[in-house]
Amino acid sequence: MRKELIFHMDNAYRDGLNIYGYHFGKGEKSACIVGALRGNEIQQMYICSQLVKELKLLEERKAIVSNHEILVIPSANHSAMNIGKRFWPVDNTDINRMFPGYNLGETTQRIAAGIFDVAQHYSYGIQFASFYMRGDFVPHVRMMETGFENASLADLFGLPYVVLRKPRPVDTTTLNYNWQVWDTNAFSVYTNATDQIDEVSAKKAVASVLRFLTRMGVIRYHSHGGYIATTIREDELMNVRSREAGIFRRNIQPGQEVRRGDLLAEIIDPCEGETLTQILSPTDGIVFFTHSQPLVMEGAIICRLIRRLYE
Amino acid sequence: MVKTVVSVGLPVDERLRIRKSVIQPKELTGSEKRICVVTGTHGDELEGQYVCYELSRRLQENPECLKGIVDIYPALNPLGIDSITRGIPTFDLDMNRIFPGNEDGPVQEQIAAKIVSDISGADMCVDIHASNIFLREIPQVRVSEITAEKLLPYARQLNIDYVWIHAAATVLESTLAHTMNMAGVPTLVVEMGVGMRITLDYGNQLVDGIFALMKYMGIWDGPAIQPKEPIISTDGHVGFVNANHSGIFIPRVEHWNHIRKGEIIGEILNPLKGKVEETLYAPFDGMVFTLREYPIVNSGSLIARVLGGDFT
Repeated sequence: MRKELIFHMDNAYRDGLNIYGYHFGKGEKSACIVGALRGNEIQQMYICSQLVKELKLLEERKAIVSNHEILVIPSANHSAMNIGKRFWPVDNTDINRMFPGYNLGETTQRIAAGIFDVAQHYSYGIQFASFYMRGDFVPHVRMMETGFENASLADLFGLPYVVLRKPRPVDTTTLNYNWQVWDTNAFSVYTNATDQIDEVSAKKAVASVLRFLTRMGVIRYHSHGGYIATTIREDELMNVRSREAGIFRRNIQPGQEVRRGDLLAEIIDPCEGETLTQILSPTDGIVFFTHSQPLVMEGAIICRLIRRLYE
Repeated sequence: MVKTVVSVGLPVDERLRIRKSVIQPKELTGSEKRICVVTGTHGDELEGQYVCYELSRRLQENPECLKGIVDIYPALNPLGIDSITRGIPTFDLDMNRIFPGNEDGPVQEQIAAKIVSDISGADMCVDIHASNIFLREIPQVRVSEITAEKLLPYARQLNIDYVWIHAAATVLESTLAHTMNMAGVPTLVVEMGVGMRITLDYGNQLVDGIFALMKYMGIWDGPAIQPKEPIISTDGHVGFVNANHSGIFIPRVEHWNHIRKGEIIGEILNPLKGKVEETLYAPFDGMVFTLREYPIVNSGSLIARVLGGDFT
């Protein structure tokens, strides 16, 4: 393992930002794995730390295939993470809205450029990402349909689902999008958590990346074959909303199979405790996403279902 | 008359309401033109609040001069304004990156879609912004290259100092202005002043311009000023000055003043060591139309934008 300082920025009031990359193996740039770009992506950083630990052992056992190099960048925004913020401390900008970056531009553009400078030119780019909607997801691999994507490769992670998303204008400045535009096969891996550590899904995420690297001939590793993924398009997911605002009482978990008419959730009057409404499943399917906060607004998406899919 | 454009239940005994004031002639013919003045998308930008007040006040003072419909939306992000939050509270997302919204999407995208629906069909929209808390801007209109030809005649009426024609960027397709322009509602983005403050002079200058624009469009036949001729520039004439060190920025120039190439714009100081970390210079002759207001800077923080040319 070779630890490299890939980006540094001084700060007058606190320690400077050091972004480290961990290199394994030598030769062709095969895979780059990026963790926390936001200060609340604790789970994403944790997964990378576990990958660094595993890859270190694999390298010691000569299990990195010759002429393949892997780079892991566990954390890029610990200046925010250390003070409990999500975005860049001074100006609240999001590093994952600044790619490909600009080394003479604004602060987070410079950080993004520093990362992209070393993270590009790899054959495969894997980012442990978080979504702007707070809630719990089924673990999945997400790809953007940029015209450069290769969805069949995403199956090789062995996670239950591959989600294809049509990029919107706001997506064009993300790491994933820019990786694809610059000839890297890019994947975003989502687990059940962001600002908490979920050991079970973290282990699944580590295993999925090792499985993928094995199947791409980058490492020698014997892992369980995982799932044959079901591929879904994001716009085909069925949104289920809450007609009322109040306290949210969830009756389902991500990954659970539901039947039409099953109770998904209840909304409770926040002061009187009465049930204001029961939200029933409008279809048979699998729960892909659920709202997880204790409070809910009127009209909020409390659940997204993969329609007419069974376990 | 106050109308509610959006109303969404919040968890505990409250509704999020986006409201507009509709000011119109007593008798409608059905052929009136409609102008929308919108602001408060970013909760820390307050310059538009005074503009809304003053516009409404003057319109109510001379209702007989009004020949069209004026819709005033002071707060597209009312919870953000109330909580000094730039984005949408609880959502942590820039509201001006979710347009045109989605009626079937998350609540915030539903709200964006309802705003777009409400403005649609108008003959003009003026979207007032106030930079952010970091930078002070002269009164200006920003238009993209693809909309410049259509929007420039309107922008010239707004009595602003400067029109910046910038390159089209894909990410800006998520803004309200792009959405409305693509929907056939000419929309001018005004940037002026600084976040969390109200600059009365700028506010009055823009209100004068809105009346001039309304007169130009036949919405107002009362008194209006002859708008000042703005400087019109493209990206090619704009130089950016960024910090390369962290510390406190002390400006050595006045905002909206001429500067010569190599003259000092300001310094970045280190309070702990009592040292000048960096001195920042003008990249060419021109005018400082954006100047850092908030003193704390990181490497990369924008310090100034200079419009090239001779303004002596």
